[in-house]
Amino acid sequence: MANATFRVWRGNKEAGDFVDYNAEVSEGMVVLDAIHQIQAKQANDMAVRWNCKAGKCGSCSAEINGMPKLMCMTRLNQLDLSKPVTVEPLHAFPKIKDLVTDVSWNFRVKKKIKKFKPRAPDAADGTWRMDQQDIDRVQEFRKCIECFLCQDVCHVLRDHSKHEEFIGPRFLVHVAALEMHPLDTESRTEELKTAHGIGFCNITKCCTKVCPENITITDNAIIPLKERVVDEFYDPLTKLARFLSPKKEK
Amino acid sequence: MTEYQTHTHDVLVIGAGGAGLRAAIEASAHGVSVGLICKSLLGKAHTVMAEGGIAAALANVDDRDGWKVHFADTMRGGQYLNNWRMAELHAKEAPDRVRELEAWGAVFDRTHDGKILQRNFGGHKYPRLAHVGDRTGLEMIRTLQDHGIHGGMEVYMEQTMIRLLKDGDRVCGVVSYDRERGRFKVFLAKAIVFATGGIGRAYKITSNSWEYTGDGHTLAYEAGAVLTDMEFVQFHPTGMVWPPSVRGILVTEGVRGEGGVLRNKDGKRFMFDDIPANYRNQTANNEEEGWRYTQGDKNSNRPPELLTRDHVARCINREVRAGRGSPHGGVFLDIAWIKERIPNAPDHIRKKLPSMYHQFKQLADLDITKEPMEVGPTTHYIMGGIMVDGDTQMSTVPGLFAAGECAGGLHGANRLGGNSLSDLLVFGKRAGEYAAKFAKENTQGKVDEQQVQDTFRAALEPFEPSRGQEGPFQIMEDLQELMQENVGIVRKEDEMKHAFESLQNLKSRASKVTVKGNREYNGGWHTALDLGNLLTVSEAITMAAIERKESRGGHFRDDHPEKDPAFGKFNFHIKKGAKGEMSISRQEIKPIREELKAVIEEMK
Repeated sequence: MANATFRVWRGNKEAGDFVDYNAEVSEGMVVLDAIHQIQAKQANDMAVRWNCKAGKCGSCSAEINGMPKLMCMTRLNQLDLSKPVTVEPLHAFPKIKDLVTDVSWNFRVKKKIKKFKPRAPDAADGTWRMDQQDIDRVQEFRKCIECFLCQDVCHVLRDHSKHEEFIGPRFLVHVAALEMHPLDTESRTEELKTAHGIGFCNITKCCTKVCPENITITDNAIIPLKERVVDEFYDPLTKLARFLSPKKEK
Repeated sequence: MTEYQTHTHDVLVIGAGGAGLRAAIEASAHGVSVGLICKSLLGKAHTVMAEGGIAAALANVDDRDGWKVHFADTMRGGQYLNNWRMAELHAKEAPDRVRELEAWGAVFDRTHDGKILQRNFGGHKYPRLAHVGDRTGLEMIRTLQDHGIHGGMEVYMEQTMIRLLKDGDRVCGVVSYDRERGRFKVFLAKAIVFATGGIGRAYKITSNSWEYTGDGHTLAYEAGAVLTDMEFVQFHPTGMVWPPSVRGILVTEGVRGEGGVLRNKDGKRFMFDDIPANYRNQTANNEEEGWRYTQGDKNSNRPPELLTRDHVARCINREVRAGRGSPHGGVFLDIAWIKERIPNAPDHIRKKLPSMYHQFKQLADLDITKEPMEVGPTTHYIMGGIMVDGDTQMSTVPGLFAAGECAGGLHGANRLGGNSLSDLLVFGKRAGEYAAKFAKENTQGKVDEQQVQDTFRAALEPFEPSRGQEGPFQIMEDLQELMQENVGIVRKEDEMKHAFESLQNLKSRASKVTVKGNREYNGGWHTALDLGNLLTVSEAITMAAIERKESRGGHFRDDHPEKDPAFGKFNFHIKKGAKGEMSISRQEIKPIREELKAVIEEMK
């Protein structure tokens, strides 16, 4: 059986370093298998998050050879095993231990986004009617597994630490899913511009590249949201119309 | 004395999958203070992995459907060992629970007239599963999560409970530790809802994640609750078998619902060879009729691939054992063949089964629109669990409620696909509602400080250097091997007795387990603590499986291959005996209400 070296970051929020481990490699293995093998045989106390092992829960996010990826979906045969494979925690969040980071900021951000508010039901039995073609886009956004890889790669968060001013690609996708939901009646444009900091995104599309669900984050979610903000706040004709028209309840 | 933090709520919900979230939402809506404890991060519980759909007789696709048909299907699938009251409530209330999800933002696939689309699934007479491609569980958990966080509940992530505390007969709190720092906490509550999921990690080949170690089953048992139907473990017929590292990962029944067929190595559709008597007049006579059914022909019967999971899993097992399996010890599941029947089949498959396409492409280098998949049975679900009252979901311990997989009763001897997500919603809601009511009617019980300190001490024992040399991972692996080999899909008396004896040996090894490092996010320590729970549920499963000397539903005995009507009259109950030993008894099933009996007869 072949062997490979895994250079795993071990440490906590104070200090840490890479440690090399040798693992046996068999057909079909993914990085998470190697990490589990190391944990079971050489480093029982290694900290790693995982759940479904099938790319559906978004728990095992890490940086593999410098790229944000899900460990459970990264096949070893796609990596160059002649060199050590580096595995390290996400950079955009505070470290806890080894491969585990403190992602609680994401959960706090979501709570601040206005919740879904449906229009009155279409039918007497309290149900709605929607065409499939009208929900295809929203369903794309709702594929998100909240692995936070897009948050990790986003330079606004990763390099500039604008966590207090910018909600990041994950939550722009979340807002887009709400805003484009055919039943939703809430407006979140004002917050997009202010509290959610959509202006920080300068559409480098790194988030789209790392998304394991292949959601076209920038083109389908962020850019249309930016357009809504522009239409509402920066379009001279709309501005004039708003100035001239009588005030209405929002 | 070890210091600890205390949190107080009226209702405490343990587990944040579908049932836990639904319970927490409901309890919050009743105006009580609610704490929700997750073993992982919020939104990562096993519900997220559910693929096929939520069973509910909405009758959007076939207007002949209704609660009576769903009820009769559930009872037939469970071989009439079900708690019939739960089956009745489940069938009646599931449609409202699904519609409610839509009101909270869920976006289900649509019919041509804009309603929630429903698909075929094993054991369901009509297309009944509301779904979103093959990622329904994600849609469900995210909808509940996003709705729930605005409802006032307090969420505690990455907390594992290790003991249920009681004041006299009734519950008053739990002891837990947080993964991040390994600090102990005590949660006080007037009512506690367990929604802790299953036991899949007791087996080697499983679709379950590390979390499913029977925590709720074990802690309830330790606190004196009755467990029911523990012999009934569901082996899902289609798990991945190749490559080895993905063995056990689920392949949704939706593949068969969309027209996928099972073949052996000779290309034969072996499911036609063995059709159980009670399903004969609901099953297609030939391949042509089966195909028409999957395409919505109301005058056709379902193909035998859509028989119940227990039966399909056994047929696959039979083919493999007879040497007619696929190269890696499974059989072939083929959806690519539908290109002979419909235009643009690859696009259609990718649209209907996107995550299956993705999963095989990425993990097995296989394009399911071109080639058949290799599949075999995988441990998926436990029908048995904490015995509860059908209406309130309260266990035999006052103040302790249970919902979802950790509760027993609804599914009897075998669960139908899609009936789990609906179970979570229907009984999660009920558990939340009645737990809130209980909390309003009762005061907070008093905690016994000694009990708390004893729990801390026991939990820290693995760190003592004098204990031994063995870490937890090898013991867990040996346990999984033992259960897989001896209390798996085909069972025999002598093998199970061997397993039962070996479990005692494993228990003694586990009592000396050691862990290295400190308490901060220490995977070894967490596994050491989970191990005890796995051993308890394994013992319960084995004990009940030895006693049930017949074959029924998920429980198949090679030495008693037939169903025995005498065993259809009672459930096996497991309870902790006076001297701390595990005891088993037979509990006669309450006579079914006449009107429900009539429904079953009418649907036969």
